[in-house]
Amino acid sequence: MENKDLNSPGYEIPDDIKGSVSITSIDRIYNWGRRSSIWPLMFGLACCAIEMICTAASRYDFSRFGMEVMRPSPRQADMMLVSGTVTKKMAPTIVRLYNQMPEPKYVVAMGACASGGGPFKEGYSVVSGVDKLIPVDVYIPGCPPTPQALINGLIKLQELIDTQSIKKVRWYQKGELAAVPIPILGPDLIYQRDIPAISDAKKEA
Amino acid sequence: MVTPAQAPTLDLVTRFPEGVVADEREGYEGYLVAADKLVEVATALRDEFGFDYLSSVSGVDYIAEEMLEVVYHAYKTIGGPGLVFKVQVARKKAEVPSLMDVYPGVDFQEREAWDLMGINFLGHPDLRRILLWEGFEGHPLRKDWKEAYYEADVKPFKSRWPEGNFFRSEEKATYQANVQYPDKFDPEKWVPEGEDALYGALAKYEDVDNTGLKTDHITINLGPQHPSTHGVFRIATILDGETIVSLKPVMGYLHRNHEKIGERNTYLQNMPFTDRLDYLSSMSNNFGYALAVEKLMNIEVPERAEYIRVIMAEMTRVQNHLFAIGMFLNDIGAFFTPSLYAIEERELVLDIFEIVSGSRMMCNYFRFGGLARDLPAGSLEMIKGLAFERLPRRVDEMDRFLSDNEILRSRCVGQGVLSAEDAIKYAAAGPMLRASGVPYDIRRADPYSIYDRFDFDVAVRYNGDIYDRYIIRMDEIRQSLRIIQQAVEQIPEGPIQTGKPQYQVRVPAGEAYGRVEGPKGELGFYVVSDGKPNPYRYHVRAPSFINLTAFGPMCTGLKIADVVAVLGSIDIVLGETDR
Ligand code: SF4
Repeated sequence: MENKDLNSPGYEIPDDIKGSVSITSIDRIYNWGRRSSIWPLMFGLACCAIEMICTAASRYDFSRFGMEVMRPSPRQADMMLVSGTVTKKMAPTIVRLYNQMPEPKYVVAMGACASGGGPFKEGYSVVSGVDKLIPVDVYIPGCPPTPQALINGLIKLQELIDTQSIKKVRWYQKGELAAVPIPILGPDLIYQRDIPAISDAKKEA
Repeated sequence: MVTPAQAPTLDLVTRFPEGVVADEREGYEGYLVAADKLVEVATALRDEFGFDYLSSVSGVDYIAEEMLEVVYHAYKTIGGPGLVFKVQVARKKAEVPSLMDVYPGVDFQEREAWDLMGINFLGHPDLRRILLWEGFEGHPLRKDWKEAYYEADVKPFKSRWPEGNFFRSEEKATYQANVQYPDKFDPEKWVPEGEDALYGALAKYEDVDNTGLKTDHITINLGPQHPSTHGVFRIATILDGETIVSLKPVMGYLHRNHEKIGERNTYLQNMPFTDRLDYLSSMSNNFGYALAVEKLMNIEVPERAEYIRVIMAEMTRVQNHLFAIGMFLNDIGAFFTPSLYAIEERELVLDIFEIVSGSRMMCNYFRFGGLARDLPAGSLEMIKGLAFERLPRRVDEMDRFLSDNEILRSRCVGQGVLSAEDAIKYAAAGPMLRASGVPYDIRRADPYSIYDRFDFDVAVRYNGDIYDRYIIRMDEIRQSLRIIQQAVEQIPEGPIQTGKPQYQVRVPAGEAYGRVEGPKGELGFYVVSDGKPNPYRYHVRAPSFINLTAFGPMCTGLKIADVVAVLGSIDIVLGETDR
């Protein structure tokens, strides 16, 4: 966001205090602060993670967008960058990590695998896209997405943050936010929402 | 070309008149060994014939013959061609004696064959699933096992062709997802298997206590989400204070059914999938797979293409080792600054990959009998600039700044030692083997492509500790640059493809094992063809996976903080470890 967008009061500010007074809305300043310091979870899944590391390194350098503070602990992270293939064996861990992240939190699906299973979609051990498990805010196509594409995706996320209003965001509503149920590793991956259907199928058989 | 895997002086049939016969199927080689003789024959191979290095174990499901076959590839660490021997058992009673006592390097490979093929290795001390989880239903690489999204046995799928009636697999599958459950499965009554097997295996260690103090041992898990595990790798360990008494790697968190997909694809369709094995070194992976299939097809590669292949493979080694060094220093605490320097140089190599192949990482550049396209104008000059000017200086600079660092040395010298005998025993490969003092490099020991034309030294170090595994990568970068320098000077003009480029290659029936010295070690592709457009069996000998066999023994007795240093010095890539 440009500085002038942040500070466009619609009121006349007297000339002598123009340099030291800003008038803006809560939403703008709140979103400006959040969008300029998105801390990603340090978490690489597969090939896409290498491009994520390259994007963090000096040539592409996503610290230009305030994102260089990669957090190894989900408790300190704002954004989960799902950089690679989500396998069934990894699925419970990913959901658990997501649940451990404090609100506000965002999920970016980087690459074909995280977005929809990618080249491995048909396989027995792969979840076809991380959105089967947790809600996704931005999808970035590519296999792997180039650093430019990744940065474009991250800018899209910043634009999404700009549109949010403090009155409507889910983490300021009344009541507890429900955790995402963790899938179970059984004879195959079991999504908890499917358990009644699986039991019914058994009874019919 | 790959040399034939048959030693001329060896006569295994005379030595073992009972229980060993030559494999006489058309296109096959090696020996068939009776299951009850296997351990005896393997012991003789190791002790009498000098095949001290068992590199690869592959299972094959010959469903029409109602039999499973286990294929072993053995080599001599003094060099020379290898030896193939096989065991055949009935599908219904798939039991093969384990070779753990003869070649402990088969540990993970036998577990993999059990997990994916359902071959029971009798006498294996810890036969658990390795890539999937305990409790998974079935053995997915068996030919009669079908996944939830199953469409047809082989590609291209008729349902999508030629009209291209594409549908989303989810629409057809029950539960709208890639899952399926056995008939009698009732999730409400079912008790999860959990990880008792893992912790049970972990707890089998000798409790030596020489302090006289009785202390509790604690179990610690590291990963699968941990910044120092290079991806989704998990380590389960038991500690006595800070000292490791038992350690087991847990993998499979990135198991992407590479081999099942590989058997469904056509030969050429597999090429881009090999990119995604060791995703740092896609060119080398292409190389290994192309060699295996070319060996089956029995075709030659034009001169110019051979040179370009070598240049690209060595560039891959350079950038892989740069990355490995950077990430290793990350692990021991020099957080990100050395990596930034390493990645800066790596980017320049990636630029070349992008120019020649169109992609930075997933190059998909090799074709059977040649390459996808010739070098574009100007790229050779870029390569020359890197190989003669920039990279040698930068590597020296990194070496000067990093290698004598006090902290680096005190954390690495003399720690995590792997002796030469152990390295061979555990089938360690690549820099890990050579840092332990075994000068085994396939480019010299069993030359493929045109490596016999270049003047270079096999990098070798003798202490086998973490420091040597770090410094040997610097040595190897320098040797690779030497090879590139010679290759760019000698490269001839000419075609880059034998015959016309084809989407559908004709591959005669038979088997082939193509192996290259990848940046991480011996990367082998075992391909079985039945003459159809798709490989019948496609198995990858993944160096990152097999190098981990020695990881547990190497860490025992070390402090917990050294585990990440040891792991970093092995240099694994999870895409290849878990496939
Ligand atoms: S999208 Fe491509 S590059 Fe990314 S994880 Fe999947 S296979 Fe690897």
